[in-house]
Amino acid sequence: MTEQVKRSEEKSENPKADSDLTETNTGVKVKLFYDPEDMPRFDYETSLGNPGQYPYTRGIYPTMYRGKLWTMRQYAGFSTSENTNSRFKFLLEQGQTGLSLALDLPTQLGLDSDDPLAKDDVGKLGVAIDTLRDMEEIFEGIPLDGISTSFTINSTASIILAMYVATAEKQGVDPSRLRGTIQNDIIKEYIARGTYIFPPEPSIRLIGDTIEYCIKQIPRFNSVSVSGTHICECGATPAQGVAYPFLTGIAYLREVLDRGYDIDDIAPLLSFHLIAGGVQFNFFQEIAKLRATRRLWGKILKERFNSKSEKAMRLKFSTGGMGGGMTEQQPLNNIARIAFYALAAALAGSQSMNLPCFDEAYAIPTDEAIRTSLRIQQIIAHEIGIPDVVDPLGGSYYVESVTDFFEKEIAAEMERIDSLGGILRCVEDGMIQKQLADQAYQVQKKFESGEMIKVGVNRFEIDEEDRELEVFEVDSETRSRQIDRFNRIKEERDNQKVELSLEALKRAAAEKENLMPSILDAVRAYATVGEIVGQLKEIYGEASPVTVF
Amino acid sequence: MSSRRPIRVLIAKPGLDGHDKGAKMVARGLKDAGMEVIYTGIRQTADSIVHTAVQESIDVIGLSILSGTHLSICEELMEKMVKEDIGDKFVLVGGIIPKKDVNRLKEMGVREVFRPTSTVDEIAQFIQREVEKR
Repeated sequence: MTEQVKRSEEKSENPKADSDLTETNTGVKVKLFYDPEDMPRFDYETSLGNPGQYPYTRGIYPTMYRGKLWTMRQYAGFSTSENTNSRFKFLLEQGQTGLSLALDLPTQLGLDSDDPLAKDDVGKLGVAIDTLRDMEEIFEGIPLDGISTSFTINSTASIILAMYVATAEKQGVDPSRLRGTIQNDIIKEYIARGTYIFPPEPSIRLIGDTIEYCIKQIPRFNSVSVSGTHICECGATPAQGVAYPFLTGIAYLREVLDRGYDIDDIAPLLSFHLIAGGVQFNFFQEIAKLRATRRLWGKILKERFNSKSEKAMRLKFSTGGMGGGMTEQQPLNNIARIAFYALAAALAGSQSMNLPCFDEAYAIPTDEAIRTSLRIQQIIAHEIGIPDVVDPLGGSYYVESVTDFFEKEIAAEMERIDSLGGILRCVEDGMIQKQLADQAYQVQKKFESGEMIKVGVNRFEIDEEDRELEVFEVDSETRSRQIDRFNRIKEERDNQKVELSLEALKRAAAEKENLMPSILDAVRAYATVGEIVGQLKEIYGEASPVTVF
Repeated sequence: MSSRRPIRVLIAKPGLDGHDKGAKMVARGLKDAGMEVIYTGIRQTADSIVHTAVQESIDVIGLSILSGTHLSICEELMEKMVKEDIGDKFVLVGGIIPKKDVNRLKEMGVREVFRPTSTVDEIAQFIQREVEKR
């Protein structure tokens, strides 16, 4: 991205300003200062509107943080359900208002804990879930109608959602009262994160099934969180980090529209997870980008999809800083970085924050590091006056100019991908993966050459003694404990019921029916994640990996 | 170092983790440094890595591990390499590796560990040097 923020037609009128252009760490060129001439077409009503008014540039709700602060979530979850349950209780006691559950890779890939392929990964990056029993124990003593929970789960999202619903049933909570989010975004898994199982077409159908189920049964649950964070960590530019999730979100919307639903019923169930922070973070541009993101989504919904509903046109997004911006050198510097990421997110009107932790470059964050990231959010929320005024940067010549710029950049990138055959096509043939790898490599070279500065890494380095940072370690007995539990459940459950439910599931998959009812039946019978996925693999086959670099 | 053929490197991503930006970046950097690089793609097992290394007459295996699974993965891989008689090829590990584990990995026979502070250049130079030693 090397285009200038300044519009080209004005450039020739004022050649002197060109010499003032400087390229920022995002590749965007900016002027020395901005003035009214930089926003000749600015019209308050059409460009901004009041908070809560179309096109939602200033925020999606009229009172924003005065009415309700952003949700403070830190990603947590490790080893077994009991450990995760106590960490959740710890976080709730500390004042956290939502939970975010990390699942281990075998669960994310549909492998049971006793699968040979899972042997190194059980309970490592998140909690292991094999059956409904694990989910019940994770939320033991935490009434599900009192919290909102976010699940970072994609190819097995339908199963995890079914388990959450079944846990609510067991707690005596009406599932229609459930609040939370499942990530359920498969396209970015093919691009950046890698936890895909099935080929794209049936995977997207399965996402459609969960959205359809949520519309009917649990309308307060965000059935998809389309994610830009992972692809940004993988080398996407800030504009691509919005354009690709938008194209992805549109693909999911179309899947459900084709089933005869109204856009105004589907769109409110979509939320986005966008980057605020990371390798190429630029404070004001990040805020402008997020404002542009809201405005552009509103326009797409209204103009392209003829949405009539405010709820549908309001873009809900959470922000994540992601660990890519964290350094191992002088790790306390990361606390400052995290604070800037969080401040940018708050000034941009994020609905929910999930910050990285200062020890992220070492290992899974410790309690202290997680708490510090939560405290940063609380300081911004309660100490320094940020929530009092909505969109305080609105009207700034610079911020508005860059907001316009990003809106155009994002739209242009969407058009480019569509002209190349659409997001799915560009992912299947590896074009996007290759492009991101190229860009990531170029950025890395810039850090290595010192062209891009990272404090404490390539500038202002010090000789550091071996640091005494506490490193969080997963209990080495996790896997055997989880397998013991798993075997016990397999003995206790009604295996005939499991068999029947799995056969019914397989039939439904072959018939392309909505799979949620049969997945729920299988889950209630304590079928394992691996058993359910195994049935689906037989019908769907598996995705083939892309290894371009 | 043999002047007849470029150094052949296998970049592998063992385990279930799919975050392979770092693996690809190192692969790309080594290629730019004149080496022949094969990238296995994600979700490799010790068996599949050793198999590819043998098939492709690899000089160096570079493992990218971010998920905290480095100790068990490396232990298994080093054993398999000896069994398959490619114990003379050297193994490098890159990723989120706590400092205190570096020596344990080296005791297993890993030649060097590149942590988040390392640069692609450093890795390329290290490989050149080590191959020339032989």
